[in-house]
Amino acid sequence: MAALTEIAQSSAPVPRHRGRRHRRFPVWRWLILSLAGLYFLTPLYAALKFAGVKAFGQVAHQSGFSSALGLSVRLAVITTVLTLVLMVPTTVYVHLRLPRLRRVLEVVTILPIVIPPIVLIIGVLQVAPASLKATPDLLALEYVILAMPFAYRSIDTGLRALDLRTLFEASSSLGANWLTTLWRVVVPNLRTALLSAIVLTVALVLGEYTMASLDLYQTFPVWIVLFSQDSGPVSTAASLLALFVTWVLLMAIVTVASQSSRRRGGAEVTLFTVGRQETGDSR
Amino acid sequence: MPVNSDMASAPGIPSDPGAAPRGLPGSGPGKPALVKSALSTGARLLGIAPFSVYVILGLLVPSLAIGIGAFENADNGSFTLSNIDIAVHGIYLNGFETSIKLSVLAAVIPGFIGFLIAYAIHTAKNGPGAVLRRVAITAAGVFANFGGVPLAFLFIASLGTTGIVTGWLNDLGINIYAGTFSLFTLTGVLLAYMYFQIPLMVLVILPALEGLRPAWREAASNLGASSWHYWRYIGCPVLFPPFLGCVLLLFGSSFSAYATADAMTAGALPLTSIQIGSFLNGNVIAGQQNVGKALGLGMVAVIAVVMIVYTMLQRRAAKWLR
Repeated sequence: MAALTEIAQSSAPVPRHRGRRHRRFPVWRWLILSLAGLYFLTPLYAALKFAGVKAFGQVAHQSGFSSALGLSVRLAVITTVLTLVLMVPTTVYVHLRLPRLRRVLEVVTILPIVIPPIVLIIGVLQVAPASLKATPDLLALEYVILAMPFAYRSIDTGLRALDLRTLFEASSSLGANWLTTLWRVVVPNLRTALLSAIVLTVALVLGEYTMASLDLYQTFPVWIVLFSQDSGPVSTAASLLALFVTWVLLMAIVTVASQSSRRRGGAEVTLFTVGRQETGDSR
Repeated sequence: MPVNSDMASAPGIPSDPGAAPRGLPGSGPGKPALVKSALSTGARLLGIAPFSVYVILGLLVPSLAIGIGAFENADNGSFTLSNIDIAVHGIYLNGFETSIKLSVLAAVIPGFIGFLIAYAIHTAKNGPGAVLRRVAITAAGVFANFGGVPLAFLFIASLGTTGIVTGWLNDLGINIYAGTFSLFTLTGVLLAYMYFQIPLMVLVILPALEGLRPAWREAASNLGASSWHYWRYIGCPVLFPPFLGCVLLLFGSSFSAYATADAMTAGALPLTSIQIGSFLNGNVIAGQQNVGKALGLGMVAVIAVVMIVYTMLQRRAAKWLR
């Protein structure tokens, strides 16, 4: 669809819609987007001025910086790997063999939104065995739960677009077993969905503050807060840097994904897929 | 009508993902050889065992611990309703009220603004618009995950008493601190929450906007419908359920937010999530340790009610659409 409209529009770029009313829209569009830009950029500019140029050079030399960043990256890696290993086979399996459980899975994976992290962490700290509480990996285990709503919805939407049964039948008639098919047929077909799941999971882990601070581990967001008591400007510079780096990372991933998706005739990649499911499957 | 539009989308991508599997032979009663084999239901359920065990240990057991703890006397473990009683009176009742008020405002206002922005991004597809679109979508992804002390800093640096925007407005003769305004009140926190709520709305409503097929608009204008008619009879009814769903998601997001308000107001604003945080940080009156769990149970109850209302409304909306 996107490809079709693109062609239609590029062949007649000037009168986009022939209708009388629509030409007025671009004014609205620029007005809305400029106001939005003003709201989002002004605080960034203010923070930049507050931090000053010098602070940016000092960020990496602060005590605790590298260990906090290291911990956050480690948690992001563990969480992403665990989420994929747990969610991809389960979702594929349910689509294939237990389609009736899909509604159940949908409800179960929405639960982490119903139970806020601030509430969940009370229970976790109470029931977790002492050996787990002694390591920050407990956080990664819980982040998998927090990432579930986004990861499940991304993977589920990706799978809906695949003719899974035929893929598995074709693959098994060629002698492949379940795992081989999953790894060599399904996963490559799900690349865009998996990418979106990974991006959302990584962004979630790198920004998570509530659970980490209450579990008393110094992840990067917690470090920024603690360090702000020593030096506000450096801490502000660190958060601006983190914001910028995440944004560049996301830009790169989405650009690459959109290109590979367009080559294969797919849609443009967006980062979130909850809404599509609601429109596509509303009855 | 729907048939035509489905056909129109067929050569592109399966933009309606639900449609493809429905037509498969496997969804009917005649199951292919793959599933027919000796797998009993019990054996088939084994396939989701790892996931089930993970959810039970990571989500269910901790939740049960809260649910049980909320009714336990912290000193001797006997059954009591006093935790719940404390949690729905006095400062804690005030906390729930403030939380709900803030969350409703921080869901509805960013909901409408985010919708307008998403629509502006959605319609910008050609030429420079495509670049703008990509920048805007990824920026929304970043800002939607932004919060906590960094966000608090941004707003203190711009709207605090010595902030830059405060200075600009002063030069224009407007003193925002002349009245009762302060960044550390509900209004200030709301302003800051919008910074991640609007991008979140943009992200979650965009796919629904993509679902509005251009063919519908073309068909409507072929039949002589004006822009107003199109929105009144097609656009709004189609978008209403996802819009409502997204607004409720925003409600949940701001209701459970903790870091930003905690950093900005240092606990001055009575929000339930901050009150729970202070229980976890050990600021507890002896004998009241379990009130935090009762508050947690209350939060879950509020969000559960929202989810149930949402499901009911959506079911009704789906009926209209049929």
